[in-house]
Amino acid sequence: MTILVIAEHDNKVLAPATLNTVAAAAKIGGDIHVLVAGQGAGAVAEAAAQVAGVSKVLVADNAAYAHQLPENVAPLVAELGNGYSHILAAATSNGKNILPRVAAALDVDQISEIISVESADTFKRPIYAGNAIATVQSNAAVKVITVRATGFDPVAATGGSAAIEAVGAAHDAGISSFVGEELAKSDRPELTAAKIVVSGGRGMQNGDNFKHLYALADKLGAAVGASRAAVDAGFVPNDMQVGQTGKIVAPQLYIAVGISGAIQHLAGMKDSKVIVAINKDEEAPIFQVADYGLVADLFEAIPELEKLV
Amino acid sequence: MKVLVAVKRVVDYNVKVRVKADNSGVDLANVKMSMNPFCEIAVEEAVRLKEKGVATEIVVVSVGPSTAQEQLRTALALGADRAILVESAEDLTSLAVAKLLKAVVDKEQPQLVILGKQAIDSDNNQTGQMLAALSGYGQGTFASKVEISGDSVAVTREIDGGAQTVSLKLPAIVTTDLRLNEPRYASLPNIMKAKKKPLETLTPDALGVSTASTNKTLKVEAPAARSAGIKVKSVAELVEKLKNEAKVI
Repeated sequence: MTILVIAEHDNKVLAPATLNTVAAAAKIGGDIHVLVAGQGAGAVAEAAAQVAGVSKVLVADNAAYAHQLPENVAPLVAELGNGYSHILAAATSNGKNILPRVAAALDVDQISEIISVESADTFKRPIYAGNAIATVQSNAAVKVITVRATGFDPVAATGGSAAIEAVGAAHDAGISSFVGEELAKSDRPELTAAKIVVSGGRGMQNGDNFKHLYALADKLGAAVGASRAAVDAGFVPNDMQVGQTGKIVAPQLYIAVGISGAIQHLAGMKDSKVIVAINKDEEAPIFQVADYGLVADLFEAIPELEKLV
Repeated sequence: MKVLVAVKRVVDYNVKVRVKADNSGVDLANVKMSMNPFCEIAVEEAVRLKEKGVATEIVVVSVGPSTAQEQLRTALALGADRAILVESAEDLTSLAVAKLLKAVVDKEQPQLVILGKQAIDSDNNQTGQMLAALSGYGQGTFASKVEISGDSVAVTREIDGGAQTVSLKLPAIVTTDLRLNEPRYASLPNIMKAKKKPLETLTPDALGVSTASTNKTLKVEAPAARSAGIKVKSVAELVEKLKNEAKVI
């Protein structure tokens, strides 16, 4: 059995989610190859070769792959992937965009966002916003799978010494092109990888009040997230949203501030190790999942908390 | 141009689902069903394209049981012109649905196909991408903005770090993210009018599509319950617990 893992990267840095995906591959067992498709992504390939457990790194360097356009990358992955038992990618926006296109090209069903590996062909994944866990078996010749990063502890980023091999294949479907992107700038840790996450909801009342959460987060070395209500109200940008339709996080500590705890939000954070809820409504559903709940006005509690930690 | 919109009948997003005692699935008997929220956004976008004079006809399609007619009627009441139901009582995988939709695309030849980014029951997030692959079309997934100009469509997509814009040649596939638009409500007169709009019923057999699957669901369980937490009385007590009991800060 040989497993192909699609590297998540921006042509410069190998994204941490790749390490969680390799961890899932290691649980399946077998040789692990990593595909780096991009342009000028030499540093990414070097980093991938260092990852513990990886035996080979394939590099497809071509202008067509520069922005990970699925119309170009998916045919490449499908062509290479035919010889593998499994194709894995992280369930990031890139992985979700590309992999179903690969699965359809190979004429197999995909298994999305697995949270555990039961055996080489059987996996667990959440359905209905995490309110049920399905055990799914695949008899496909090539099993195409996206991996929920928070379900697997990352493998070590160093210790490996894989061979790097160039792949010549260039697929340019010529039906799509990259126009531009606007990335949110932040000095705080990335939301999905942070050990501590502080999130605000509608109770924050406005965007300006998020400064209280930023101050607390900076003291804790935490990332700042938000509920859909806070995003829809325009308090913060949408890439901060935690939930079924936003990001899935599972930090050591999740502090929910002014968040009621709708099903949609819980789907994104209920696997956190310790959950703290600060809300003035003691009936709020968030208290049913919180390890520590504090019924208080957040505008008094947050500054006090910032002082004490 | 013609726009095809795919909609799915799913359990209403406000319902807290229960797993069946025999672990065969989720109990959907007597549970409120609705149009998948992302599909509502897809219908809304198509209707707005028609209002702008870009779209000339909106065809709405659903793959599912005969009761999915309710969701098709809802889409017709919101502004779709006609509906197609591909009737199948089975629980189909995304690939099977994508193959059925491909057959409908071949038949209808739309310039733009809009789907939701994921259904809130299976949470797969696959069908749009698979349909794009099978049709050989470009895909604009997780769209927060769609602009058609001439023979291409510019799609602004929500990605992990922010937003990205891609340009796709038409025909193309777009899947909607939450922030694309705010869907309207169907008015009573429009609900009445929708009853008279055409609704065609097809079957996978008639479309010549095999819905066989390489996946099998072995069981469905309730997630592990979290042990009950405690309420603290003050911020000081909270900090003390986090430091000494949970040891997370």
